[in-house]
Amino acid sequence: MDGHLFLQLMVNGVMVGALYGVVAMCFVLIYKASHVVNFAQGELLLVGAWVCWFFVVKYQLPFYFAFPITLAFMVVLGILIQVVVLRPMIGEPIISVIMATIGLSIFLQALMKWIFGVSAQPFPPVFSKGTIEVLGLQVQTEYAASTLASAVIMAGFAYFFKYSRMGLAMRATSFDQQVAQSLGISVRQVFALSWAISAAVSAVAGVVIGVVNGVSAGLSLYGIKVFPAVILGGLDSIVGGVIGGLVIGILENLAHYVDRQFLNWGNLHEIVPFYVLIIILMVKPYGLFGTRDIERL
Amino acid sequence: MLRPSGEFVQSYRLDTQIFRTRNTRYAAVLSLIVLALVPLFAGSYALNLLIQIGYLGIAALGLNLLVGFTGQISIGHAVFFGFGAFASACLNNRLGIPVIFSIPLAALATALVGLVFGLPAARLKGLYLAIATLAAQFILQDFFARAHWFSGGVSGSIAEPITIFGWVADTDEKFFYVLAVFFVLSLLLVTNLLRTRDGRAFVAVRDHYLSAEMMGINLRYYRTLAFGISSFYAGLGGALYAHYLGYVSIEGFDILFSIQFLAMIIIGGLGSVSGSILGTAFMVLLPQVMEWLTAALDGSWIDTTLHLNEGTAFLREMAIGLVIVLFLILEPDGLAHRWRQIKAYWKLYPFSY
Repeated sequence: MDGHLFLQLMVNGVMVGALYGVVAMCFVLIYKASHVVNFAQGELLLVGAWVCWFFVVKYQLPFYFAFPITLAFMVVLGILIQVVVLRPMIGEPIISVIMATIGLSIFLQALMKWIFGVSAQPFPPVFSKGTIEVLGLQVQTEYAASTLASAVIMAGFAYFFKYSRMGLAMRATSFDQQVAQSLGISVRQVFALSWAISAAVSAVAGVVIGVVNGVSAGLSLYGIKVFPAVILGGLDSIVGGVIGGLVIGILENLAHYVDRQFLNWGNLHEIVPFYVLIIILMVKPYGLFGTRDIERL
Repeated sequence: MLRPSGEFVQSYRLDTQIFRTRNTRYAAVLSLIVLALVPLFAGSYALNLLIQIGYLGIAALGLNLLVGFTGQISIGHAVFFGFGAFASACLNNRLGIPVIFSIPLAALATALVGLVFGLPAARLKGLYLAIATLAAQFILQDFFARAHWFSGGVSGSIAEPITIFGWVADTDEKFFYVLAVFFVLSLLLVTNLLRTRDGRAFVAVRDHYLSAEMMGINLRYYRTLAFGISSFYAGLGGALYAHYLGYVSIEGFDILFSIQFLAMIIIGGLGSVSGSILGTAFMVLLPQVMEWLTAALDGSWIDTTLHLNEGTAFLREMAIGLVIVLFLILEPDGLAHRWRQIKAYWKLYPFSY
């Protein structure tokens, strides 16, 4: 493999991985704040992308107008899900919580298929077509823009959790709910907010992917691809989620290359993350940056 | 737990009997007789539904053993079901093992595969386990598509009907009896397992694994074992399914099917043998009821505005998701719990307090 090709694979990997990273971040956000494993993360992407598509294509709204409406919609949806489905589940065993989000994911997925059909729908072009040069490589503007969007989201997250009042409250809650509550933080609000942010940011990722690849039911696969990423990074580490996403993205592209050159299996890149997942779980179940939780009686 | 008055248990052995009172023994015999007579009276449509409940129920029973009794979660039960189906067909087609032997052998093979995926499970719990089994789901699904020698690849594989000494179970009625034997045996085995040391160990692992470990229960052993047994029943159900349909396709053992299994045991009641069967019946009947509803609404304004007919498949999926969420919120103990309450109501009537 020559250097140029390797670089190309790396850049592709980073671009895909950045999106995984964003989704992983949203996933970790919910997990950290409320200890809910969200199996419906991919469906949040899906719903966001479809809603935006609906406004842009059916109502012919300009994109910069439809996008904020989508975000507002997703914030409401996120809070609604938290209040209706997950608030009653507080204190239930983790299996019930997992099952509730799984049920939610099937419901949303089927609902979207029912309303919008199963075939992929293209977005009207938002970014201008063309290529730009990155590190001596030709990269399509759409992909570059999607990576840029991911980077902006990540920076936004970092700022939010480091400096904003609400972000600090969320960190406090994830550290210790009782202490946070005694300091006057409304834990209910934090839970609802974590879902709202996660839903809205997932929708951004969904729209970005939709603009690049078209909107289809396949978007919900990102919600499943996110598991290798978050397990690699550690379930409760936002940085870990981002790095895990990047690694999985690069790994997929390398697997794609190996597959095409040597194996001809056709779908190695789809399955490799799951082998990696099993191996990590066996070797280092708490991931690279996750906290090892100590069990007490 | 309500017990009839005048019944005094004098030893642990009596207390852990499967059929504790005379009435339950009569009920068991009666239900066996009813089971034997069903094919004579049921139409082909009802029989088909009952057979579905049978083989899915066996698999759901296995899952309940894992999730409901041991407290481990599995989001990959359908691939084990599928593995059993392919393994039995493969053993029969390639090695010429008679179907009646290939079914239990396939179940054993599935149990072995379950143990392999159960090994990481021994170290994991809760959500890590959920994610590991999710990986198992995708890896095995990929294996089905790739391993031509095993599954026949994209074209799937043919499964011969069950033959016992020249008697061929090629009609629904005949198959029903074969299935009924397997079904009753599985029920008995699981119920019996739960009153042994191993069964109590499972429950202890679920209720408080640290205390269980302190009491000398080998966590790793029992978690892996639960996985193996659960896969065994999945494989058994799958093998029966294969020889009933006569053909196994690589499609269909997807994650949605796995989730349907989980839905069955949640609706039926986690940690309840009868609940597994009730839940399976619910999930099998749900699409039928929805079809009737769609047919009943055919042409009405609801149908024309919502396009029910085109979306039946999606409506079914939505119903599955909705049912899971609603049961978890409103009736977390499932139908089995509701059934116990109804029984208690009648026993205590009219003094319900």
